[in-house]
Amino acid sequence: MSKKNTFAKLKELPVIGMLFSNIGILSVLLIICAALAIAEPKSFLSSSNILSVLRQISNNMYIALGMTLVIIISGIDLSVGSVVCLSGTITVGLITLSGYPIWLAIIIGILLGALCGFCSGTIIAQFKVPAFIVTMAMMNIARGAANVYSGARSMRITDKVFETIGMGKLFGIPLPIIYMVILIAVMSFVLNKTKFGTYIYAIGGNRESARLSGVPIKKVEIAVYTIAGLLAAFAGVVLASRMYSAQPSVGEGFELDAIAACVLGGVSMSGGKGRISGTVLGAMVIGIISNWLNLLDVNSFWQLIVKGIIILIAVLIDTQKSSDSALKKLLGSVKRLCGKKNAA
Amino acid sequence: MSHTVLRMEGIDKSFSGTHALKNINFELKLGEVHALLGENGAGKSTLIKVLGGIHQPDSGSIFINDEKVNIRGINEARKYGIGIIHQEIVLVPFLTVAQNIFLGHEPVRAGVVDSKTINADAQEMVARLGLDIDVTTPLERLTIAQQQMVEIVKASSFNVKILVMDEPTSSLSDEEVEKLFETIEKLKKQNVSIIYISHRMEELFRISDRITVIRDGTYVGTKNTSETNASELVSMMVGRTLKSFYVRTYNEISETVLSVRNLSRKGEFEDVSFDVHKGEILGFSGLVGAGRSEIMQSVFGALPSDRGEIVLNGNTVKFKNPKQAIKAGISLVPEDRKNEGLVLMNSVSYNIKLASLHFVMNGIAESRKKISALVSDYMQRLRIKAASPEIEVSSLSGGNQQKVVLAKWLAARPDVLILDEPTRGVDVGAKQEIYSIINDLAANGMAIIMVSSDLPEIINMCDSVCVVRSGRIVAKLPREELTQERIMNYATGGNEQ
Repeated sequence: MSKKNTFAKLKELPVIGMLFSNIGILSVLLIICAALAIAEPKSFLSSSNILSVLRQISNNMYIALGMTLVIIISGIDLSVGSVVCLSGTITVGLITLSGYPIWLAIIIGILLGALCGFCSGTIIAQFKVPAFIVTMAMMNIARGAANVYSGARSMRITDKVFETIGMGKLFGIPLPIIYMVILIAVMSFVLNKTKFGTYIYAIGGNRESARLSGVPIKKVEIAVYTIAGLLAAFAGVVLASRMYSAQPSVGEGFELDAIAACVLGGVSMSGGKGRISGTVLGAMVIGIISNWLNLLDVNSFWQLIVKGIIILIAVLIDTQKSSDSALKKLLGSVKRLCGKKNAA
Repeated sequence: MSHTVLRMEGIDKSFSGTHALKNINFELKLGEVHALLGENGAGKSTLIKVLGGIHQPDSGSIFINDEKVNIRGINEARKYGIGIIHQEIVLVPFLTVAQNIFLGHEPVRAGVVDSKTINADAQEMVARLGLDIDVTTPLERLTIAQQQMVEIVKASSFNVKILVMDEPTSSLSDEEVEKLFETIEKLKKQNVSIIYISHRMEELFRISDRITVIRDGTYVGTKNTSETNASELVSMMVGRTLKSFYVRTYNEISETVLSVRNLSRKGEFEDVSFDVHKGEILGFSGLVGAGRSEIMQSVFGALPSDRGEIVLNGNTVKFKNPKQAIKAGISLVPEDRKNEGLVLMNSVSYNIKLASLHFVMNGIAESRKKISALVSDYMQRLRIKAASPEIEVSSLSGGNQQKVVLAKWLAARPDVLILDEPTRGVDVGAKQEIYSIINDLAANGMAIIMVSSDLPEIINMCDSVCVVRSGRIVAKLPREELTQERIMNYATGGNEQ
C-alpha cells in the first residue's frame, strides 16, 4: 500500500510525470538510439553526428511546436509548409532585391507568417469554417504569393550576417539547436503554466464547457493559429539562411512531418490531449530514423515508406490503449482459446 | 407471468483490480418490468454490459429460457432476443426513422436496399407500439422523446424478448414519460420482459412489478413493488437509513442581490422579471422546454437577450459573454454535466480551477501552490471522493462529478449561484449531500437560483418558486403554497381550463 502511494506521489512530480505520460514514445526513442549505437557506434555516437541530427530535427521542431497547440484545440494547420516558403522568399527577396536591412527583412518575413496564421485563425474562429479547408486554402495562397514574388525562381543570398542565423555557432553548438531549446522551454511554459495554456486544453477537451467557464474561445483560437504561423515563418528564415537561398519548392510536406511528430508524441487528433514533451520526443524519433536511414544510404523514397509505416504503428498503438480496443479483444480471445485447449 | 425468461447466477466480474460485480443473481419473468436499482457505481451498467455481451463474466452463468448460454458479443445478444436502450441516443441524426430502424440489417432486393419494404415495415412497427411518427422524416427533426421511441422500435425489430432501458426518462418531460409508460405497457402485453434502470423512485412504483437492489457490486435483495416503499429501498441502496432526505434551514431574507426585469428573447422567453435575495433559494419549475435553462443562460451572458435589464448588487449590467458574468459574481452550474459542465478527459484539479484562474495566478504563470490549495479546500468542503486531484474526472461516479462541477463554480466565489438541475443523474446518497451543501451556501448568505424538474426537490428546498410556461413566468408561489399539484397546474396551464 505504502509502496503504491509513494509511486503515485512520484508520478505527480513534473519530471517523472512527463516521463510516465510519454512512456511509449520514450521507450521507442531509447530502443532506436540503443540499436543505432550498437549498429553504427562510430558514426552515430560521434559528437558531430549528434549535433547534426539535432540540427536537422530543429527545423521540424519549430513547426511541430506550433502544430501541437493547433491540434490540442482540435484544429489542423496545413499551411505551415507554404508559410516556410513564403517567409524565406520574402525575407531573402527584401534583402537582395530591395536592399532592406537584414533585421527589418526578417521581421517582415516572420510577421507575414504570423499574419497568414492570424487570417486562417480569424476565419476559423469567426465564421466556423473547418480548419482543414481554411488552412488548405492558405497553403495555396501562401505558396502562390511566394512564387509570384520570386517569379518561381530560386534566389541566392551571400550576405555573411544573414548566413550566421542558420550557420552560426555558440560555444560550438549550432544556433538552430539553441533556438530549438529556447522555443521548447517557452512553449512548455506557455502550455503548462499560463492561463492561455489551460484555455487551450479546455477548448480541445470540451468546447461548450469552456465557453460556459468564461474561456474567450475565439481569441485563443486566433492566437493559436497566429503562433503556428509565426513559428513556421521563423523556420522559413532559418532554413533560407542555411541554404544560402530561397527556393520555390521549399517546405513541401513540412506540415505532414510536423503533424507526424505530434501524433507520434501522443497529441490526440481529436483534441484536448497532448504535451510539448511528447511532440519533442516524436520529432526526435522521426529525425533519428531519417538519420539512420541516411547513414545506411537508403534512398529517400524508401525513407518515405518507412516513415509512413512508423506513423501508422504509432497511431495504432495510441488508439489501442483503451480497454475495449480491437487489439485487446483479439489478445483476450486468443488467451481464452489457449486456456480452453489447456483445460481439455 | 410465471415463466422465467432470464436467470443470471453468481455473476462475478473484475476490471484490473476493481471488483465490479460480486456473485450477483438476477431473474426476469415473462412480461414483467423488473427495475434495477442502485447508486451510481453500484454495478448496474456492468451487469447490463455482461448481459449484452459487451463484457464477459469471470464466473457465473446466464440462462435464457432455462438454457445455459454464452453471450460473446452484441450480435449474439440480439440472437437471444436481448435489446439494450442506452441512456444516450445512439442513432444517426441524418438518416430517416426507417433507415435507422433497419440500419445494419437492411432488406436487399437485387443488391439494392429495398426502401419501399423498409418504410412499410417500419411504419407498421411504429404503429404496433401505438406511436404517431412518420418513418420517412429524418431523425434529427424528432424530439428527444420521439428519438427514444425510435430506439425502442429498433430494438423490437430484432424480435426482442428482453429489453433493457437505462435511465430512459432522464431527458423527458412528464408528458413524454407518460407516453413512454404507455409504450412499456404495450410491450408487456406482447410478452416482452423489461429491465428498467432509473433513479426516480416515483417511476419505479408506477411501472415496475419487482425491484432488485444492488450495492457496491453485490446483490442486496429483490422486492415485489407492491410490498415495499421508498424509504425501505433507499436504505437498501445506501446500506443505512437516511433520516431526513432534504436539508433546509430557512434564513432571514435580506437585501436583493440580483434583479431581472422584462428580460426577453424572441422565440425563447418574454418579460421575465424576478429578484433573488441574500440567503434565498429561488426555484424555477416548469416543463422541459419551457425556457427555464434559456433564461438562466441569458442572465449568465451565454445567450444574448433582445431586451430587459439585469441589476446585480445595485449596478445595471449587460454581459456579452460568460466571462464577464463570472467576473461580476455569477456562477452557473449547467444542466448537462458531461457536455457543458466538465472537461471529462482532464483531471479533477483542472476542472475545479478552470473558472477561477484569476485567483491562482502568480504573475503570468499559474501557481501550483495556489491551485493545490484551492483544489484541496473545495474537495474537502464538498467531500469529493477521488483517489487524487490528478485523476481523470471521467473516472468518478456521477455524484462526485456533479460535486466537481459545483466546486468549480463555487471556487469562482459567486454572489449569485445558478443551479440548473443540480441533482440530475445523481444517486440518492450524493443527492442528500448536495442538498446539504446548497443549504449551507444559502445559510452563509449566497443568493441561489435552482432550476429543477424534480418537484419534491423544488418544494422542499426553495423559499419561493417561479413557474415557467412557454417562456413566461406564470406564477410566483411562496413556500407555504407549494404543492406538486399547484405547480403542475401552472406549468401545464391546467388551472386555466
